[in-house]
Amino acid sequence: MEILKPVFYLLVFPGFLFLGVLGLFFMWVDRKVTALIQSRMGPPWYQCYADIGKLLYKQVIIPAGSNRLSFVAAPLIGLAGISLAGGIIWMVNINKGVSFIGDLIVVMYLLVLPSLALIIGGAASRNPFSSVGASREMTMVFAYELPFILVVLTTIIRSKSIIFGEIITYQIQNGAMAASVSGIIAVIVFFVCMLAKLCYLPFDIPEAESEIIGGTLAEYSGALLAIFKLTNAIMLLILPLFLITLFLGGIDVSSIKGILFLTLKYLVILILVILVKSTHPRLRIDQAFKFFLGPITGLAIISVILTILGV
Amino acid sequence: MFSILQKCFKKSIWVYHTNASACNGCDIEIINALTPFYDAERFGIKLVGSPRHADALLVTGAVSRQVCPRLKTLYESVPDPKIIFAIGSCATGGGIWFDSYNIVGGVDKVIPVNFYIPGCPPRPEAILFGAAVALGLVDKKVAAEYLKEKGFPELIEVGQRVTDNE
Repeated sequence: MEILKPVFYLLVFPGFLFLGVLGLFFMWVDRKVTALIQSRMGPPWYQCYADIGKLLYKQVIIPAGSNRLSFVAAPLIGLAGISLAGGIIWMVNINKGVSFIGDLIVVMYLLVLPSLALIIGGAASRNPFSSVGASREMTMVFAYELPFILVVLTTIIRSKSIIFGEIITYQIQNGAMAASVSGIIAVIVFFVCMLAKLCYLPFDIPEAESEIIGGTLAEYSGALLAIFKLTNAIMLLILPLFLITLFLGGIDVSSIKGILFLTLKYLVILILVILVKSTHPRLRIDQAFKFFLGPITGLAIISVILTILGV
Repeated sequence: MFSILQKCFKKSIWVYHTNASACNGCDIEIINALTPFYDAERFGIKLVGSPRHADALLVTGAVSRQVCPRLKTLYESVPDPKIIFAIGSCATGGGIWFDSYNIVGGVDKVIPVNFYIPGCPPRPEAILFGAAVALGLVDKKVAAEYLKEKGFPELIEVGQRVTDNE
């Protein structure tokens, strides 16, 4: 039974199944709140599950002339990466003892995998729109990864550790990371990078539906598309939790009060994301690139300097 | 398990609309049906940009000879199972161009059609009614038996793969 424990962790509880079900639920919250902002009813609660079920039922078309292996493997790579990252984030919060040296770095790497999967899948599908989407995704990764890594660096400088468990313990002892000038700047930068990672407006440039017909996903159909949608749903769950873990005092699920606080924190971040998403138009790729490598990286560097000064 | 997935199909229809030499009137009405005022998303209907993601094709216009092969390609690029709506008088039977030299005359001459929504252009309510018939929310307004006697093509059951019939 001891051998089955990691499998259970990976596939059921903090892993794939749990993240998928919860992620799709919050995907529905996203659609429902967007609908309320546009003063309409919005989809019923089971809508996102129905979408995934329907996509699993549909035929999978692999375009002629595409690289079959990369085309099929790309969505699986993305899903595996994000489920693993989500599993680690949940596990270290539930039990700080399981934290290992460098797990923060591992999660940072795993969070890039969905973007990489989009690039591989887009490039493999032999469609001009997908190629454009893949090249845009690549540009976006270059643009937002630098400020993203810089703001995560501030927590490492503050707690002098690259272990999740110690960062959370530091926050329990000394108050949340966000409760300082540098912390607030870091949270703002993290939030903007999160929008770009989620491929949400105003940074949904690689997936621009009205412009390059879904971009990297243009050739995907059926189950493979479902896996991409599921990856996106899990990202919507995991990235705000990553923000909470690093800056807002960690996830506490040991008591009812803790769970309520966690839900509150998560919903506030989610609703901010939705508000930004549904009130902003799409930026051009060059505008987004300048925005990330200009003001956002500047803010991130200021945050790092302030952290070193101890403000 | 399979039947659950089949039920999911009716709860989530992603549509792709295409203009097969229409005058744009029906396209405007289709977009109107998807606006917040009519809110097609409450039935799970969503507009997608790529035919690969689509479950339903909304075809408008009396198909001209130029667009005929493209429409066939589009039909093939939508993964099974799929529903085809012919929207507008032109798409249902050629409309006022039924005897034109360059018009094939109706979408069903080129690709199999499941649902016809006549009107010039049909009101957004009519389009939503057609969608509701497809989803099984309301009953059909015409007697299918009567149409079969007149030699109309048989309707394919919604959510059924076309390849299953062969």
